[in-house]
Amino acid sequence: MSIAENILEVRDISLSFKGVKAIDALSFAVRRGEICALIGPNGAGKSSLLNILNGVYRPDAGEVVFEAEHFQRIQPLEAARRGIGRTFQNNALFKKMSVIDNLLTGLSRHAQSGFLAQSLGLPGARREARQFREQAEGILEFLELQPWRDVAVGSLAYGLQKRVELGRALIAGPRLLLLDEPMAGMNAAEKQEMSRFIADVNRDLGTTVVLIEHDIQVVMGLSGHVVVLDYGRKVGDGTPAEVQANPEVIAAYLGTVH
Amino acid sequence: MTTLSHSLPAAHDSAPVELLRRRLPWGLLALLAVAFGLVPWLGNDYWLNAILIPFLVLSLAGLGLNLLTGYTGQTSVGAAGFMAVGAFATYGLLLRVPGLPLPLALVGGGLIAAGVGFLFGIPSNRIKGFYLMVTTLAAQFFLEWVFTKFPWFYNYASSGTISAPRLELLGHDLHSPLGRYLLVLGSVVLLTWVAVNLVRSQIGRNWMAIRDMDTAAAVIGIPVDRYKRLAFAVSSFYLGVAGALWAFAYLGTASAGSFDINRSFQILFIIIIGGMGSIAGNFVGAAFISLLPLLLNQAGQWLLGGNVDAGQLQNLQKIIFGVLIIWFLVKEPEGLIRLLSNLRERLAIWPLRF
Repeated sequence: MSIAENILEVRDISLSFKGVKAIDALSFAVRRGEICALIGPNGAGKSSLLNILNGVYRPDAGEVVFEAEHFQRIQPLEAARRGIGRTFQNNALFKKMSVIDNLLTGLSRHAQSGFLAQSLGLPGARREARQFREQAEGILEFLELQPWRDVAVGSLAYGLQKRVELGRALIAGPRLLLLDEPMAGMNAAEKQEMSRFIADVNRDLGTTVVLIEHDIQVVMGLSGHVVVLDYGRKVGDGTPAEVQANPEVIAAYLGTVH
Repeated sequence: MTTLSHSLPAAHDSAPVELLRRRLPWGLLALLAVAFGLVPWLGNDYWLNAILIPFLVLSLAGLGLNLLTGYTGQTSVGAAGFMAVGAFATYGLLLRVPGLPLPLALVGGGLIAAGVGFLFGIPSNRIKGFYLMVTTLAAQFFLEWVFTKFPWFYNYASSGTISAPRLELLGHDLHSPLGRYLLVLGSVVLLTWVAVNLVRSQIGRNWMAIRDMDTAAAVIGIPVDRYKRLAFAVSSFYLGVAGALWAFAYLGTASAGSFDINRSFQILFIIIIGGMGSIAGNFVGAAFISLLPLLLNQAGQWLLGGNVDAGQLQNLQKIIFGVLIIWFLVKEPEGLIRLLSNLRERLAIWPLRF
């Protein structure tokens, strides 16, 4: 496996909170274009890892290599600029804003028109606004969110909010998409729907996806690469079949046979 | 695909939004026609001087504060401090730059206020919520002190007051009540149009994103600190222009005391009662706050035959405002404008209750 094939490499990353090790010398690589699932029991360090990848946390040691660039720490703004999109476990949407406005905020870093152009509604700003709106309509259609386009996000069902959050990350055209439990709190039908959207994003747009998910069935169906964490250490890394056969993984999930 | 339970509330919620979009322009045009066409014909000096001019200036000040507090989520109790900057800066420009046209002096005063607002916005990088509010309180007292302490700002007048050296536009004298009304109305319409553009633009969305959740805003690539400072600057520009109009078009003569903490609270009440994060809300809030004293006065006359003490009426007014502020904060944080749109929604489907 050559370097260029890997969009993301995590090298010897460690992170601790007040002496408690959340992540312990973790290393793995994500290939361009794959869907990589991070699984593991609660508190295994999965969300913390995503927070390091897009700069919310600073690791104690190690480095992250994204698109062949090395980072000790990446700032959240910088991560967004370089094409790392992100959704959160407990939804981090702008609740009082409508669905389409939430999507449009995702285009913020692509905005070119200046303050005067926007405040006076000059032609350049209007053209950009129209173009942004078209892009947002495209995402609404892709994620089948049109019926809710002008509804305040805070009043939507949880599953729909997750979809809006995916759309907000997606509209910026990320190269790497980090999804923190995109299917948490969903029923079976909603999970299936969300899996389909993620698979479509990956196949049609070529976006590399790293996701955290607890539902093993969903993970096995969706991803080609699974990394298993337990107490901040990597205990498994491979295809779904390899991981399922790994005794250490089984121990982490079901407990060790004594 | 989607279940029925999802689509039901959505259909209900989206209806008023569509309604608002289609109907707003006509109502607005009618309102503008009345303001520019009918009012100058019908309005007497008392109405212009005592009601319409302060109402419009307070609406503009509310608009300025709303951009910062209602749209960007940064609570400020220093609004009047920035109004004072605008008033004193416009005064200084008119006085010291010979031949400077009034509109440019107003814009210049607004820009200077924007600069000061930008400076006081810098702490918002580090400080949030209650603590940021306290720094705006400090700004209020500091600015009031500056405009009392240094006579240069009021041209060494022994009274410590400022009044506009000249109030004219393209050779027309604007000292009459009608002239001042049209000056204020023109400024308010223009700046409201700019504000509507702003809040619907990417800048406005960035502000609202910061208001609703600033960490998420940073993660999706919004430079949070920069946009907070921009909100402080733009808000202070509006407040600055409002301050200058308050001093020269309404009061005629003003001092630092015209922009004390009570004024700041008045502006804050306007946006709480009118509606946070709403442009029209500022006008509703300002109308309410400038008309309530008159209504109370009238009610006092009718009910008690003029035997009621003016001081007691003022106290009553404070009690009513206090109760309303608490009621709105608890029951309807989106203010009167939300109540009005709910009412309209209900009237639209009136004979059917469900």
